[in-house]
Amino acid sequence: MTVSRSHIAALRDAADTGVSFDGLSVTVDDGTYTFAIPDERHTGLDAAELADVATANNAYVTNWYHWTRIDRTDSEQTYLRWLEHADGLAVPQRYDALSEGGLTRLWGELSITTTLDRDEAQRRYSIRHENDTNTDRAELAVYDDPLDAREIAKHDDDGHYRPLKTAPTLRTGWLFADLSGHELLRTIDFLYPATVHNWYLERHGELDVSHWRETAQRQTGIYDLIEELGGDQLEWLTEACCVDSQCLKRRQWDESDDEPLDTPRGDGVFPCREPCSLVIAVARKLTLLEREQPREYTFELTPSEKEQLETLIDAVAEGRTEEIREADTDDGANRYRARYLRAKRFDEHGRLSGVPTSEDDTEN
Amino acid sequence: MSRVHARSGTDTKQALVIVAHGSHLNPDSSAPTFAHADTIRESGAFDVVRETFWKEEPSVREVLRIVEADEVFVVPLFISEGYFTEQVIPRELRLDGWDVSAWESDGTSADHATYEAADTGTTVHYCGPVGTHDSMADVIIQRARSVTDDPTVGPGFGLAVVGHGTERNENSAKAIHYHADRIREQHDFEEVRALFMDESPEVDDITDHFESEDVVVVPLFVADGFHTQEDIPADMGLPTDGPGEYPVPGTVGETRIWYSGAVGTEPLLADAILERASDAGAEISDAIERVRRSTRETRDVVVGEP
Repeated sequence: MTVSRSHIAALRDAADTGVSFDGLSVTVDDGTYTFAIPDERHTGLDAAELADVATANNAYVTNWYHWTRIDRTDSEQTYLRWLEHADGLAVPQRYDALSEGGLTRLWGELSITTTLDRDEAQRRYSIRHENDTNTDRAELAVYDDPLDAREIAKHDDDGHYRPLKTAPTLRTGWLFADLSGHELLRTIDFLYPATVHNWYLERHGELDVSHWRETAQRQTGIYDLIEELGGDQLEWLTEACCVDSQCLKRRQWDESDDEPLDTPRGDGVFPCREPCSLVIAVARKLTLLEREQPREYTFELTPSEKEQLETLIDAVAEGRTEEIREADTDDGANRYRARYLRAKRFDEHGRLSGVPTSEDDTEN
Repeated sequence: MSRVHARSGTDTKQALVIVAHGSHLNPDSSAPTFAHADTIRESGAFDVVRETFWKEEPSVREVLRIVEADEVFVVPLFISEGYFTEQVIPRELRLDGWDVSAWESDGTSADHATYEAADTGTTVHYCGPVGTHDSMADVIIQRARSVTDDPTVGPGFGLAVVGHGTERNENSAKAIHYHADRIREQHDFEEVRALFMDESPEVDDITDHFESEDVVVVPLFVADGFHTQEDIPADMGLPTDGPGEYPVPGTVGETRIWYSGAVGTEPLLADAILERASDAGAEISDAIERVRRSTRETRDVVVGEP
């Protein structure tokens, strides 16, 4: 590993105003340089000696150059440094780890690994599904264009369309193997749009959360009516849509600033700053349904049939209907069991126990 | 919320944001938006090009914070002026002081207006929708050429421009009539008609509206979906084998129907997006010419340049 001349020249120039970064300190006084790193200090250096000391401590110098001489936005800089644990690992340990297999962070379902390029001057990034961490590279489709992430994000492994980008249903079987920092950010931005920037704002205490009330009040047209929802209904709505099993964002919005919701916010690393369009669309349907008044119905069910109804609803809510084995008749949501119940308890109009749904339901 | 600048202070980039409806249900809804964004990216006209959606992510509420530029041209990929372009998009972008009168539009003449976004401080040049730009007439004709595979299509052919139509927004029909009228005046189709799904004159009666044996039907929709792939073919009486499975040309009565699918899927639409941004002051030099060349082989100007 060598420090390029341009790095040393840049360091010498920067010494005029003082360098202090990630444990490296370089100053100049009366034409002589002082070069210091933790546990090591060299004083009275001329330019050639400075170059020698810099070369001997190249990790500190290339690290300084990488993080202070390349143009990035603050959010990009903060995020890329977080990826390599810059706040927790001293430069020598960090460089060792980056050179020996890299440093990995999880971001939702993404596993992001930072390594050093061959010259050990630039960071390179790879990104894959966390479930593919131990999958042989030969078995993964390798991409290099961030724009390709749009197609990856579109369908889950079963081919179903993903209307919510941060649902925990990201497809597996792909790899972006060799990205620059900027390309990595663009790739993430197509997989989990705006998550990095909102995470950054949150870290700086600047996340602009829009709570349910103001979001609902903002709606017009067919969504105008969602203002009717409140209290328990919002608890049920967030439990339905916003918990970790449904969305990887950590919910930071509540009913209002001083009316928190009890539904778990989630353990996600990136925040959710306002109800998303999917929640708004679901809320609209539920608002219409919640306008109905409850009625009393009388059904006759065996204890096992009552339990079976509970199991069926639970199976759909948990998305586990695909997992139920064909012949597993112990499972109340098994298809044969469900078809039997339908055959036994529904009339020809599909009504449970033949009971009319409403008073004007005159099907006989 | 503070702006997050590139630390070099060279944050004078010019960005384009294309706003489209998107869908929670239809995976193909966003496809034309991405395709046109890619065409414009390749043209090099903007430092940054980003897609945003009402129903998909990044949401219109959050797109400006992920576009590294102080100056953003926002072009709605919508067919007509109305609820989305006049209310929803400006609200979601948080355009301070937005008022539709800034466009001084008669329903088809919205151009652009400049505002600051409240959350990011971004300067937003907010453009009228792609669908009411004059260059859409060219896109419709290009669609007719594509579907007939005839670069000189016109004589002997009728052209139906089909819109959704809606009682709720008179501008929805205005945009369709506007383009149909201009093409009728300036191009050599035998007959040009504006037809609608939900108001009269209805596309159901397509053969009643034309004398020509060959009729090109171009629906003014941004993306292919239920309306363009199922409703309209069925309304016209085209024989279908399922969604999007109709013959081209297909025969209805005595008429050969050349049904083109959504106009929004025509590559030349990227040109109309660029024209919108250019009208609003974006400096895009020869990108328009390059996009025109890359999306079609020849360009016969059918309408006077504005």
